[in-house]
Amino acid sequence: MKAKSAIETRELTKKYGDLVAVDHLSLSIGYGEVFGLLGPNGAGKTTAISMLCTIVNSTSGSAQVNGFDILKQPAQVRKSIGIVFQDPSIDNRLSGRENLRLHACLYDMPSALTRKRIMEVLQLVGLEDRADDRMKFYSGGMRRRLELARGLLHSPKVLFLDEPTLGLDPQTREHIWAYIENLAKEAQITIVLTTHYMEEAERLCSRVAIIDYGKIKVVDTPDNLKSTLKGDVISISSAQPEKLASKLTKLKVAPETDFSDGTVRLTVPDAEKLIPRLIEIATEIGVQVNSVSVHKPTLNDVFLHYTGREIRADEPESPLKMHMMMMRRK
Amino acid sequence: MSELKKIYGLWYLEILRYWREKSRIISSLIMPLLWLLVFGGGMRGLQLDSTQNYQTFMFPGILGMTLLFSSVWSGISVIWDREFGFLKEILVAPVSRASIVIGKALGSGTSALIQGAILLPLAFLVGVHLSLLSAVTILPIMILIAIGLVCIGLLIASIITSMEGFNFIMSLVIMPLFFTSGALFPMTSAPGWLRTFSYVNPLTYGVDALRWATFGENLILPVQFEIMILLAFAAGMIAACSYAFNIRK
Repeated sequence: MKAKSAIETRELTKKYGDLVAVDHLSLSIGYGEVFGLLGPNGAGKTTAISMLCTIVNSTSGSAQVNGFDILKQPAQVRKSIGIVFQDPSIDNRLSGRENLRLHACLYDMPSALTRKRIMEVLQLVGLEDRADDRMKFYSGGMRRRLELARGLLHSPKVLFLDEPTLGLDPQTREHIWAYIENLAKEAQITIVLTTHYMEEAERLCSRVAIIDYGKIKVVDTPDNLKSTLKGDVISISSAQPEKLASKLTKLKVAPETDFSDGTVRLTVPDAEKLIPRLIEIATEIGVQVNSVSVHKPTLNDVFLHYTGREIRADEPESPLKMHMMMMRRK
Repeated sequence: MSELKKIYGLWYLEILRYWREKSRIISSLIMPLLWLLVFGGGMRGLQLDSTQNYQTFMFPGILGMTLLFSSVWSGISVIWDREFGFLKEILVAPVSRASIVIGKALGSGTSALIQGAILLPLAFLVGVHLSLLSAVTILPIMILIAIGLVCIGLLIASIITSMEGFNFIMSLVIMPLFFTSGALFPMTSAPGWLRTFSYVNPLTYGVDALRWATFGENLILPVQFEIMILLAFAAGMIAACSYAFNIRK
């Protein structure tokens, strides 16, 4: 039996007491897609993935992964998936190869296949030379790469990546992105990744779901999402952004006026021609304009458009996790 | 049997971890040695009967204590795995929860066994004459005791969420189990209320079985009943832990 889609969720919901972490999530992700769940920290991305990975129970709704029900067939779901968790999940006292061997053992891989696959995944992430070192001597980026290798070791149908480049330096991030792109092209694998980095979603994902407060706001390709904004984005930074925003809204100079973080943003078809008029209006109401910029819409603008706020990286939740992140950043 | 292979993997993981923490191995030997040589040495004058002085009497008890501390601790250390995320890697794998518990219990049991085995040759220091046969009988009893105790630690780890509760557990679980087990004094001469506690403490039967293996005679029940109690305890605890691990929040 081959399922039509790699992942199918219907009204999937998770409540913690009064808090609705994931709110009636309905999604369909096809085989071979690189699908992004884009949203700020606390939007429910990790909870959604944890339910699909069968480590957190859903409150209501249903979901299938690779055709298997997450509640009724957790063992088959687990066999079908690989995951790289947001927080480190390797044992530092073991070497990279030992971590991989344990993984192979837990997934019941035959020993000849284990040897072959360990070679392959180590090569893929460029860690052949360091495989026998204890992982406490690895850098943060190397640990992440080994986790990626481990997630792929048992050739899963669906790979979950929860914030794959969180806390990594730009160069390492670039490497990880290259591995993921390569994987999507060659390995015929479905990838579901969560991120709050716009560039990451734009670069890697064939489709993106924007998620905020546990709800899906919109699902589409990054290009389509950007073109829904119809035009360019003008950002105005000024001394009294509120006053300016309310005046501009009243005058209806643009189809859309957003205001957040001290910046007024207008989405307009013909930005260059509108700028003099904007300055004029600002001067009329006595608001001093500090700077004006025009740019093509990015996913960040799309996110702003659908949620009314900017995506922002929050602090990690517990001191221990923060400590781990600092270790990872080394 | 694929589950056996997974249990083997988890067992091997525990052994590797144990082996790589040499400082833990050494530090966990210091406490039993202090008890045996210092406390036992001080009490040595207490002649219990014609063949035993206090130091020889307490030897099987100290073996039991070593198992108690290292096993319960090893079970509780799962909190660490959970905090650092490694537990997730195991929980998301297609491994039955019972196999996870059995693998962990066997692995920690084996390391507790090594710990105890290191103490065996020191028996002569306190005047216990161990035959090879008694040494060989002691080992399986030790692993049986350790399995049940690891599961106590695992159950605690599934209830408390951080290491902050550790002192509480030390004084509420570990020390009472130690003091009511008959490791330090014969329960047969203890007051009635203390005996009642002692009889519901599984470690009592463990220590008594070790006493039987060391001296050829024991105090409480015929040894085969004690072994059955230990078996039932280990099996019951594995079942309870598998259930606790199966709860997905």
